[in-house]
Amino acid sequence: MRPDDRKYSPTHEWVKLEGDTALIGITDFAVQELSNGNTSDLVYCDLPEAGRMVKAGETFGEIESVKAVSDLNSPVTGEVVDVNHTIEEHLEILAKDPWNSGWMVKLKVSSKNLDGLMDAAAYEKHVAHSKH
Amino acid sequence: MKTTSIHAIHEQLGAKLIDFGGWHMPVQYGPILDEVNCVRTKAGLFDLGHMGRVHVRGKDALAFVDKIATNYCAKIPVNSIRYSLFCREDGNPIDDVLLYREADSVYIVVNASNTAADLAWMREHAKGFDVVIDDQTDRTAMIAIQGQTSRDILQRAVTGFDLAKLGYYKFDFATVCGLEKTRVSRTGYTGELGYELYLPNAEGPRVWRALTELGAGEGLQPIGLGARDILRLEAGMPLYGHEIDALHNPIEAGLHFGVSFAPEKKDTIGRAALERVNQNPRRKLVGLTTPGPRVPRQGTEVFRGATAVGQVCSGAPSPTLSTNIASAYVSLDAAGAGTELELDFRGKRQACRVQELPFFSRTRK
Repeated sequence: MRPDDRKYSPTHEWVKLEGDTALIGITDFAVQELSNGNTSDLVYCDLPEAGRMVKAGETFGEIESVKAVSDLNSPVTGEVVDVNHTIEEHLEILAKDPWNSGWMVKLKVSSKNLDGLMDAAAYEKHVAHSKH
Repeated sequence: MKTTSIHAIHEQLGAKLIDFGGWHMPVQYGPILDEVNCVRTKAGLFDLGHMGRVHVRGKDALAFVDKIATNYCAKIPVNSIRYSLFCREDGNPIDDVLLYREADSVYIVVNASNTAADLAWMREHAKGFDVVIDDQTDRTAMIAIQGQTSRDILQRAVTGFDLAKLGYYKFDFATVCGLEKTRVSRTGYTGELGYELYLPNAEGPRVWRALTELGAGEGLQPIGLGARDILRLEAGMPLYGHEIDALHNPIEAGLHFGVSFAPEKKDTIGRAALERVNQNPRRKLVGLTTPGPRVPRQGTEVFRGATAVGQVCSGAPSPTLSTNIASAYVSLDAAGAGTELELDFRGKRQACRVQELPFFSRTRK
């Protein structure tokens, strides 16, 4: 079961509120789709600089595998206050631990309302429908 | 989706399967870049059952193929294979194909994604020709073995035929795994020494397993479509839908060897349009290398300063060259080898350099 201390977007990002800020990352499903369990298939991750404003639904970066590049979409609106540059050099962290050490950006959120997003149970269903 | 006769084996091997041209095909069995390295340093086995295989025969077979295909079919020596294209009147290709010249007939291999369109087009243009168009795709399996040890491995499965005598882009019939009169060609989509086999459908799994065993000592591995795409790009080989398609003609793609301008070919469909392009090409397909970190992709724009000079057709990391590579159409004045250009990734620029294709090939210089 995926962590239920956070919410999930249909495009396989997660967001975890911590006071006024939110951590954002991607789910194990997203990593699996990109790399099929082969961490060497992940080639690049492009993250924004601190200070950048992002709106909910907007692309804040890109993650690239051998076969394709995928947009990273922010589930919430806010200002980027911290960026996990470690994963840019160590993409394998995303495969090992997408939930904690695999966080990508920290936003100072303009609203703590996460109503439009899925909880862990709803996300499980969403993933089940996404598989082919 | 359709499946090849070897499908169950790919599932057993844990391959990631995708829909490719309507076929459920293995894209990878493990890390894609490892599979590329395996073909370049050892050998690889490919299931090509998805590709279209058509036998054209009858009194007018050669004349018919010369009408619909751009190269000079009647001049191909028997048992030789030539790269060719099916082009529309406007000179743009509906597919690129391989023609296998037999005495009075032609065996044609086409792309999986275009098989239905090719057959419809062939049948449309067959009116007035005494010809049989026999689609053998669903009755046959096709396996490729590619890599420097591929001949040694395959020879163990072949009796009464010395593969060393089969030249590049030649085919013949031999006994393979006890199956008499099996078509064997020295062809491939990797730029390595390699062979392709065409088998009755039911024999696909047995021959696959036999080659797997025979090649185990050399490190022969199954290879998916993901690695296949990188290998062919390294080797400078076009993929329909990328380097050539309804908007990109073979002349500007550098595929002159597939197009004949002989007088006898003046009625070939598309000939007039291709002649015009040949006299006045406006862009050129080139290779680009870029140290990274981004990988160019189809559609990535290419700039020289503020001027857009082209667009990427295909891009990939190249484990063989330890850099990222791409094929791209650029305007002629930006096409010289060594030209420094830039790739544009959503406004972020990355340096790249032009080089002639291929990036790497043991078969094509």
